[in-house]
Amino acid sequence: MTSPSDSLLAATFDEQVDGFFAPISDVITTIVFFAVPLDFIDEGVELPLIVVWLVIAGLFFTIYLRGFQFRAFTHAIQLIRGRYDDPRDAGEVTHFQALATAVSGTVGLGNIAGVGVAITLGGPGATFWMIVAGLLGMCTKGVECTLGVKYRNVYPDGRVSGGPMYYLTKGLKEKSPRLGTFGKVLAVLFCIFTLGGAVGGGNMFQANQAFSQAQSVTGGADGPLGGGAAGAVFGLVLALAVGAVIIGGIRSIARVTDKLVPFMAIFYVLACLTVLFANAGQIPAAFGSIITEAFSPEAGYGGIVGVLIQGFRRAAFSNEAGLGSAAIAHSAVKTEHPATEGHVAVLEPFIDTVVICTMTALAIVITGTYLDDASDAGVQTTSAAFETVVSWFPIVLAVAVILFAYSTMLAWSYYGLKAATYLFGESMVVDRTWKLIFCLFVVIGASSTLDAVIGFSDSMIFLMSLPNIIGLYILARVVKREINGYRAQVESGEILPMADRT
Amino acid sequence: MPESIVVGLDGSESSGRAADAAADAARRHDLSLVLACVVPWSPYSFTTAEENERRSVEKARETAAAQERVLDPVIARLSEPGDLAVEGVVRHGHPAETLVALAREHDAAWITVGRVGQSRVRTLLFGSTPSSLIQLSPIPVLVVP
Repeated sequence: MTSPSDSLLAATFDEQVDGFFAPISDVITTIVFFAVPLDFIDEGVELPLIVVWLVIAGLFFTIYLRGFQFRAFTHAIQLIRGRYDDPRDAGEVTHFQALATAVSGTVGLGNIAGVGVAITLGGPGATFWMIVAGLLGMCTKGVECTLGVKYRNVYPDGRVSGGPMYYLTKGLKEKSPRLGTFGKVLAVLFCIFTLGGAVGGGNMFQANQAFSQAQSVTGGADGPLGGGAAGAVFGLVLALAVGAVIIGGIRSIARVTDKLVPFMAIFYVLACLTVLFANAGQIPAAFGSIITEAFSPEAGYGGIVGVLIQGFRRAAFSNEAGLGSAAIAHSAVKTEHPATEGHVAVLEPFIDTVVICTMTALAIVITGTYLDDASDAGVQTTSAAFETVVSWFPIVLAVAVILFAYSTMLAWSYYGLKAATYLFGESMVVDRTWKLIFCLFVVIGASSTLDAVIGFSDSMIFLMSLPNIIGLYILARVVKREINGYRAQVESGEILPMADRT
Repeated sequence: MPESIVVGLDGSESSGRAADAAADAARRHDLSLVLACVVPWSPYSFTTAEENERRSVEKARETAAAQERVLDPVIARLSEPGDLAVEGVVRHGHPAETLVALAREHDAAWITVGRVGQSRVRTLLFGSTPSSLIQLSPIPVLVVP
């Protein structure tokens, strides 16, 4: 039994964290999501410029590379099946592994909670725009990852790593020596924003939603996790689990989760399919409302622009296309042609957004849980959708959420580390300091309220796209040359599948 | 005409006996000896970003360790008399599949491996290299106890 003063003290701890954090997050959010009011369309509709920025990049590259993401698809599948791998390279990072690593970093709460938020705020039509954003994002990803491999860094001790900070510096300098300093500035900005994104969307948002789901399946506010300090305690446990891997170097835990995540993802899709089949009769109606409401939504969702923004924003948050994080994850692959990883990378937003997010969206739309104001927008919208079919599904979902959150955190701790070492140099002090800060933010994230966390994590993650996409535009011609050159070699038979080589 | 005998080595005692048996046979049939050490590795395993970053370094380290600890002592012992062509190879991959690929590359008469002394449960769960080799190999397989 806890005495009233205990729980009062505990309650104030979470509130203090929240009270300290909410104003900071508000300021950053307002700046990043600077929005043009579009009152002539509908009252209160706003167009956040950052979303426009990401969509235009996707559109530009889709047109500039003539629908590369669609042309790349079949070849990408051959590449991950190892059809073009030289057996002498056995033992190096394969295309499959690079993709799997990147996917386990991106498939996270954006796919479950983000979609819940999108549909609650934007209605079923948001799903349509989410898929469109996913298809456009495939192209941006392909571009980023081609550059990530082309300009990656090989350390003196043989380690291989890349990312926007390297193509921004090396690529821009190669383009023109006058752009050298500008590239350096962009790279530094990118790294600063990556540190923010890593503690925000890659950490606090994940911790927060994992706690929220754990709390709701254990009986909500009255359950064992309902107490005042429960968020902080949960965060502490999660922080220890993260710290055990990234600081303690207990690789076995990371290895176990890495093996569990793909199964969890498959299980998650199966669970969504179960919800769909249980409501099979309503599937056509759901598709109908997704398409009609994408263009003429019901009142209250902010008109077509409001719906479009919700869809695009959540898709970008989920698949991270244009943010540059994937370029870090993909760049260790063993290949002689950077364009191969560009091909493979288009599959990432496809799996993440076009498949998994759409599954979540269909489950939510079919069961209509987005209309229910009783549950918070987020994981609980999805959880409620699952619960309508099988009562214990929310527990499975909670396990999936915690695992996804955990693997995403591990991935982002790595991205953050790469940014930190780029900024402050490779040293044990930088390494340990970053990892300790990262663990601290797990605790803060778990004890903060959703609004403050979502606002902050969104904004920092989206800021990464500013320097990154500027770099992509400047290097657009380089990418086009890489991709077209490689495709020409494949088509002319200069590059053959292993089985056909003599 | 086949040119060689491929021997799968893993550093165990029985794989050492397999190498001796193969050396005898190679002398008798005038064949060369290919000593292979396969580092178990799968192109489809799941790895972390940090592991990927270090993969090239790790591969080099694993290759060097296999060469020094497994192959070099056996090569030194078998090539001492000087009447036998002995070659050592380190590869990454599925052990049985890689041995079969090596046998094809070196035009082997047969593959010799040591029997792995592991429990029945382990064999039931994970299989063993000799038994999957027997399933996969297009040429005879000699298992030395």
